[in-house]
Amino acid sequence: MTLAAATNENLAGISNVLIYSAMAVYTLAFLAHIAEWVFGSRSKVGRTAAALTTDADAARSAAGPVVQTRAGGTAVLERPKVVTRSAAGQRDVPDGPGAHGGTEKGDLYGRIAVSLTVLAFLIQAAGVLARALSVQRAPWGNMYEFSITFSTVAVGAYLGFLAAKKNIRWMGLVLVATVLADLGIATTWLYTESDQLVPALHSYWLWIHVSTAIFCGAVFYLGAVGTLLYLFRDSYEAKLARGGNPGGFARSVLERLPSAASLDKFAYRVNAAVFPLWTFTIIAGAIWAGDAWGRYWGWDAKEVWSFITWVAYAAYLHARATAGWKGRKAACLALIAFACWLFNYYGVNLFVNSLHGYAGV
Amino acid sequence: MSSTSRTETGEERDALSATDLGDAADRLSTAPKDDGGDSRGVGEPAGGPVLGVIGWLRWFWRQLTSMRVALILLFLLSLGAIPGSLIPQNSVNDLKVQDFKAAHETLAPIYDRLQLFDVYSSVWFSAIYILLFVSLIGCIVPRSWQFVGQLRSRPPGAPGRLTRLPAYTAWRTDAAPEQVRETARTLLAKRRFRAHTVGDAVAAEKGYLREVGNLAFHIALIVMLVAFAVGQLLKSEGGKLMVEGTGFSNTLTHYDDFKSGSLFTTDELVPFSISLDEFTGTYEKTGPQRGTPRTFKADVTYSQDDGKEHKAVIEVNKPLVIDGTKVYLLSHGYAPVVTVKDGRGKVVFNGAVPLLPIDDKVSSTGAIKVMDGYRDKDGKRDQLGFAAFFVPTYGGKGSGQMFSQFPGLEFPVLNVGAYHGSLGVDSGLPQNVYQLDTRKMTPFKDADGNVLKKSLLPGETLELPDGAGSITFEKEVMEWASFQISQQPGNGWALGGAIAAIAGLAASLFIHRRRVWVRARTGEDGVTVVEMAALGRSESARLPEELADLAATLHAEAPTATPDPSDAENAENAENAENAENAENAGNTGNTGNTGNTGNSQDTEDPVDTSAEGAEK
Ligand code: HEM
Repeated sequence: MTLAAATNENLAGISNVLIYSAMAVYTLAFLAHIAEWVFGSRSKVGRTAAALTTDADAARSAAGPVVQTRAGGTAVLERPKVVTRSAAGQRDVPDGPGAHGGTEKGDLYGRIAVSLTVLAFLIQAAGVLARALSVQRAPWGNMYEFSITFSTVAVGAYLGFLAAKKNIRWMGLVLVATVLADLGIATTWLYTESDQLVPALHSYWLWIHVSTAIFCGAVFYLGAVGTLLYLFRDSYEAKLARGGNPGGFARSVLERLPSAASLDKFAYRVNAAVFPLWTFTIIAGAIWAGDAWGRYWGWDAKEVWSFITWVAYAAYLHARATAGWKGRKAACLALIAFACWLFNYYGVNLFVNSLHGYAGV
Repeated sequence: MSSTSRTETGEERDALSATDLGDAADRLSTAPKDDGGDSRGVGEPAGGPVLGVIGWLRWFWRQLTSMRVALILLFLLSLGAIPGSLIPQNSVNDLKVQDFKAAHETLAPIYDRLQLFDVYSSVWFSAIYILLFVSLIGCIVPRSWQFVGQLRSRPPGAPGRLTRLPAYTAWRTDAAPEQVRETARTLLAKRRFRAHTVGDAVAAEKGYLREVGNLAFHIALIVMLVAFAVGQLLKSEGGKLMVEGTGFSNTLTHYDDFKSGSLFTTDELVPFSISLDEFTGTYEKTGPQRGTPRTFKADVTYSQDDGKEHKAVIEVNKPLVIDGTKVYLLSHGYAPVVTVKDGRGKVVFNGAVPLLPIDDKVSSTGAIKVMDGYRDKDGKRDQLGFAAFFVPTYGGKGSGQMFSQFPGLEFPVLNVGAYHGSLGVDSGLPQNVYQLDTRKMTPFKDADGNVLKKSLLPGETLELPDGAGSITFEKEVMEWASFQISQQPGNGWALGGAIAAIAGLAASLFIHRRRVWVRARTGEDGVTVVEMAALGRSESARLPEELADLAATLHAEAPTATPDPSDAENAENAENAENAENAENAGNTGNTGNTGNTGNSQDTEDPVDTSAEGAEK
């Protein structure tokens, strides 16, 4: 058999070059984001935490307004304006201005960072594609390939949110930093030569199950970042509301983030939207296991941790619907759930003996 | 509003409905309102020593079916699943359990007692999920009734102050109030809201499917669990090793090993027979992954009652399904063909001997047993046994390596060690066919007095001393494949449950249940004031958008009254205008100090577009 010949060494080499190039561009994006934050810290908004409390008061007094829209001219039909009001009991704190803190320079660097991220994303996606073409199969046969796909998808989702005009640029720095970490780990420790798959991975379920698993993980990651920042921002707001005086760092950094309510909502939406897909991923995996190993569910380590992750996210969703558990407690559950996902990925593959471990790491 | 402090106690929605909205939010979901368990429940037994058994049971039941306990049980379930992934499990790999027990002499008995080698069938793990499912049933039943009640009743009338609702809009129109209400009602009905008029307002509700989805999801969980349990009780699973050219028929006696659930009966075995025609394995030949398997496939022929023969291919991911019974390809190995002759040259054994792989390069061991027909040089009945070691690819003499170098057949070598005596097969004890029990056997000796052993190339023969006979490694090496033959009823139900669960979950998470009220009444100045407000079960960015859309449509039918300068003096409106300004400020505080920042609106917008601007297109 000459299956090995199917591995196109050239393309595999190109893929590696592309991945390294993407890392270089991400590094530039990272620096640009740093510049954005640094310039942003010089803004007036950034320095006046007190202003926030007064803004919040203003927002609160705005609760329950009526907006009357009148047609100014004769024939103009204006739409009636809808006024929103957050749920009772939530602070009516406005969103921060973002990393650039409202400064022109910060904003410029932010835009440069996003542009660089787009470029790096394209290069990285090309790298994943080249890897796939080099072996003529889905590029998810081992941990190196999972990792490079994973961060591509995470960045893709982030750029997707940006393209849909969602306020998510605040995540840029953290995201780019983790993508660099992920690629660093992938290229130094997890690197595996481009190669064919062992027979157990030959199945169209590979496409279905693994692609959704990677997608879920990447988007859960965005949710987890939102949740984590929510926790910080929430204690910051709580402190302000109590009349406390947060430290300079908190004032400068947390202030520029969206409000705790917005972050929480973002995290919830993302997690809730992905949860059904994650459910599907596990079921697809069970069906595949049924075909590959003759049993649908055998409590293999990977299966156990997928289950744990699933139950943890279910607990999070329940917590949000349970009085006394919303807010911070639910957020902690969401973080635990994501930690389970991470462990399922790194921990089980590297430390625990699992049937899933045949992928040459 | 002292709302900030309330966040910590997390009772916002309930507070909202209680203080400001009357019963506007009532029955908007079937989720328990307040997790009463603690306030009502705990208080009771403490306060009343008169509580009898019934009272306690009631209290216990209420606790068990509360959201809080469901949450705790869910958490415990995930926690309880952890040890099973870190400690070897009997159900997954009992050999590893044996190794672990041997390596941890003090820990093992403790683990054993805690059932940590059988976590998923342990008493404590079962207790968690059984409690959870009891809780689930106790939760679903009342919620279903409640939901039926909600479907029969109509959305509650408009709360007194619509301005308190999360999304609100108002305008003045020349149209008559009744006319506006009627238009609003038809408009809402057309958008598939359930709408009716109560007093001066239209009350409408939509998104009941959310509840249906949620209930369906939780019921589907029960279906999946029951299907899984039934499957475990009725399943059967057996293994069979077949050498190329041999076959098997699906009856209990033909299995090498067989396991079944406690309610399984042999009648449930589907009658069929199957034979292995050829097994093909290919391996990576070069590169660092040399030796990694690339394809495994078994060509088989099977027939059922009607006797018709069918050809099929079984691969690792592609079991053969015969009437619900699945035949999986599990593993493979080599079966060298050997011929054993006695001293007079009479063939006493000829056939393929399956050997068991001991590493992933398929170095294999096994035994060649000649049970009857052999007579020694004196014509006495005896038995022969050969300990066999086989490598498909030998490293070559002087490589110092007797283990196989490659899993494919490139340089096969069979090493045999010869014995005679009693194989011990007559003792009635079940015997491992792959092991030679040499306790009652005497080795043939070589010149140095050691056990007679020889490595044979295909075609080579080892002569036994003193005319005791010979063994020949024929030029043929067969392959064998082992199959798992299993049937598990209930899979269809489990799959159906899984699909229903996903569908229900999606409905539950993506459909928003919301209410809209349209109030139209004649203001003090005789002009009709239209107020619209919306309330959702979960806060949704779409809520204000939807309201804006509805308002725009209604507004087209009942346009804003021609401006009347005297309106500005109207006390209510003046206040409103002021508030409106505040609202604008609140929405834009993100931009303060943001000079010259153009075209960057997405960054300062609320991530989820709940701002008034988001709704306005
Ligand atoms: C077997 C374990 C269970 C799992 C995996 C599970 C999972 C879920 C999930 C993922 C949701 C989110 C869907 C949504 O927000 O609409 C949910 C909602 C809900 N669950 Fe469960 N659940 C379980 C058991 C229970 C039990 C025992 C109860 C009752 C005590 C319960 C009551 C509810 C309620 C009332 C909701 C709706 C919350 C809302 O409308 O926001 N669940 N469940």
